Amino acid sequence: MPQQRRPNQLFRNLHAKVAAIPMILTATIVFVGGTLWTVLYSFTSSGLLPRLNFVGLAQYERLWSTRRWLVSVENLAIFGVGKMVFALVIGFVLAALLDQKIRFENTFRTILLYPFALSFIVTGLVWQWILNPDFGVQSVVRGLGWESFSFDPLYNPDIVIYGILIAALWQTTGLVMCLMLAGLRGIDEDIWKAARVDGIPMWKTYLFIVIPMMRPVLITALVIIATAIVKVYDLVVAQTSGGPGIASEVPAKYVYDMMFSSQNLGQGFAASTMMLLSVLIVVIPWAYLEFGGRKRHG
Amino acid sequence: MTSIKAFLTATTVLAAATAVQAADLEVTHWWTSGGEAAAVAEFAKAFDATGNKWVDGAIAGGGNTARPIMISRITGGDPMGATQFNHGRQAEELVEAGLMRDLTDLAEQEGWRDIVKPASLLESCTLDGKIYCVPVNIHSWEWLWLSNKAFEDAGVPVPQNWDEFVAAAPALEKAGKVPLAVGGQPWQIHGVFRVLLISLAGADIYQKVYGEKDAEVAAGPEVAKIFKAADDARKMAAKSNVQDWNQATNLVITDQAGGQIMGDWAQGEFQVAGEVAGQDYTCLPALGVGQALETGGDAFYFPLLDDPEQAKAQEDLARVMLDPKVQVAFNLKKGSVPIRGDVDVNAANDCMKKGLTLLAEGQAVPSQEQLMSQDSINQINDLMAEFFSTPSMTAEEAQERFADIVGSAT
Repeated sequence: MPQQRRPNQLFRNLHAKVAAIPMILTATIVFVGGTLWTVLYSFTSSGLLPRLNFVGLAQYERLWSTRRWLVSVENLAIFGVGKMVFALVIGFVLAALLDQKIRFENTFRTILLYPFALSFIVTGLVWQWILNPDFGVQSVVRGLGWESFSFDPLYNPDIVIYGILIAALWQTTGLVMCLMLAGLRGIDEDIWKAARVDGIPMWKTYLFIVIPMMRPVLITALVIIATAIVKVYDLVVAQTSGGPGIASEVPAKYVYDMMFSSQNLGQGFAASTMMLLSVLIVVIPWAYLEFGGRKRHG
Repeated sequence: MTSIKAFLTATTVLAAATAVQAADLEVTHWWTSGGEAAAVAEFAKAFDATGNKWVDGAIAGGGNTARPIMISRITGGDPMGATQFNHGRQAEELVEAGLMRDLTDLAEQEGWRDIVKPASLLESCTLDGKIYCVPVNIHSWEWLWLSNKAFEDAGVPVPQNWDEFVAAAPALEKAGKVPLAVGGQPWQIHGVFRVLLISLAGADIYQKVYGEKDAEVAAGPEVAKIFKAADDARKMAAKSNVQDWNQATNLVITDQAGGQIMGDWAQGEFQVAGEVAGQDYTCLPALGVGQALETGGDAFYFPLLDDPEQAKAQEDLARVMLDPKVQVAFNLKKGSVPIRGDVDVNAANDCMKKGLTLLAEGQAVPSQEQLMSQDSINQINDLMAEFFSTPSMTAEEAQERFADIVGSAT
């Protein structure tokens, strides 16, 4: 009989595992359990109170034939793409500019990061005033003598979502910049020196050497921005309440209004299940590439 | 964010309420503006006089913020002594789930069926022959408020009905005024449409569409005329850049707008601004042509409580709310009409008397909250909001979608 048995994997680091049990239970029961419960009840005709009378896919049929939901999804797509692209690009450019050993770097960093300290409600209210044609940008420019100037995104159903995008970018870009700056500082000086010796222009060094090396930071920024996109709600409520008409509605607001104002839990659950599904569609392939791929190499 | 804050406040109030003895009754409501708070104080005063104690549980932020908090407290096993809801079906499922107290015995003992006018108010409190709530006031939507000065500036006489108002719109616009002030919130725009429907098409059509949910009538020629009128209304309201109803009322008060379609609660704003009915502003109930008024309003529900002393206090409160003197005192401050036909309302002003005459002639129709679920109402809200903010959407297209919603409404 062999003396040396392999220690049972289950009992390695036993203390740590015991300590993790409460969190594991919370995660399973609250998050996974709550999610499954929501999905289950999205197939019922629950109104004010959850009830188990199944109606099949009726809630989903109604959801996808509701104009307001379709507008919400379209808005989220525009908002999501716009915010992802502009927050990353502007954040990186600002960080690269700050990284040029300029004076007062701390001051600039603080100014640029400040908006992030404000809640979305405050951000929304501030931008509601700035974009208000009677008090904000439009009236200031008209006051300077340009009488025909017109800039009222929040009152034009066609472009209202861009008005919200501007406010969101103002709020988030500072944080992205700080993350990027940390990433840039993490790049070894020698790499810059080597690139300079080889005579590679600065922009090429950034694009082909530095950015690929910043992958972990980029992914952190991506995840933070992505979660902010999916849950956007308070900004819209503060800026437009979904108006004019239903032109700036977003899915999270649809879910809230259905569950609490319309007293139609089933419809709200169906909408939130669709939101979950869209997140999974993005996350699963990414997680597969990120974690599944590495195992093969390693 | 605000709702969380309000919820915390509400729970703090509750913690304070449960700490003291049994005859204290916590009452939750969403009446927080100046006039509303003064009206509630009348209830509190009268209730305290019975030896019980009114614990005020006001929740700021309006009904849409307050209702989820109230409902979650009742369903979460943490009920208050009494709570406000609008007349109608907002609390229907709570009643069905057996969470509300059956008031039938008290109602029979006090003869509520004889004193509550119109009878439809008590019917909305009734489920399977049992009474579950106490109606406290009547509000009606069908009012057109006009600024006399605005029409004077435009050089046209003050209209006496909707058609004259529409005809006067170009003159108002030329004078630099917004013909019709409409707040951008969906419920207000839906209100405008419903007022047009009840006033111009009549109570029967309204009952068929909102009551019987008849999609054919909703798609028919009578309602098509209303969508044409709504099309006029949205053109007249195209330049009104306000959100809240009282901001829109303020445009009329300051003579920047010709008129506003809004419920009788707007009257309070004119009074606060020191304007006189007939002299500074004109009111046209049912747009000056119709014969019917909606009779919605507020009602109080009493969650089922275990404590017999608190249950006794609930009965006292219900009695107090229907007391003739309390009814008059409360409703005068609230700007609404008492629910008893047998009280003296001489203190009411000219506009209110016009309304009372219409109601007395039996031309009262149930409010939307009594006929439709909040879910369906919100769907129509969204449609109307989109119709008003999208000039490219035709009246025919809007009507088609309206009929779809009515057909599937509950």
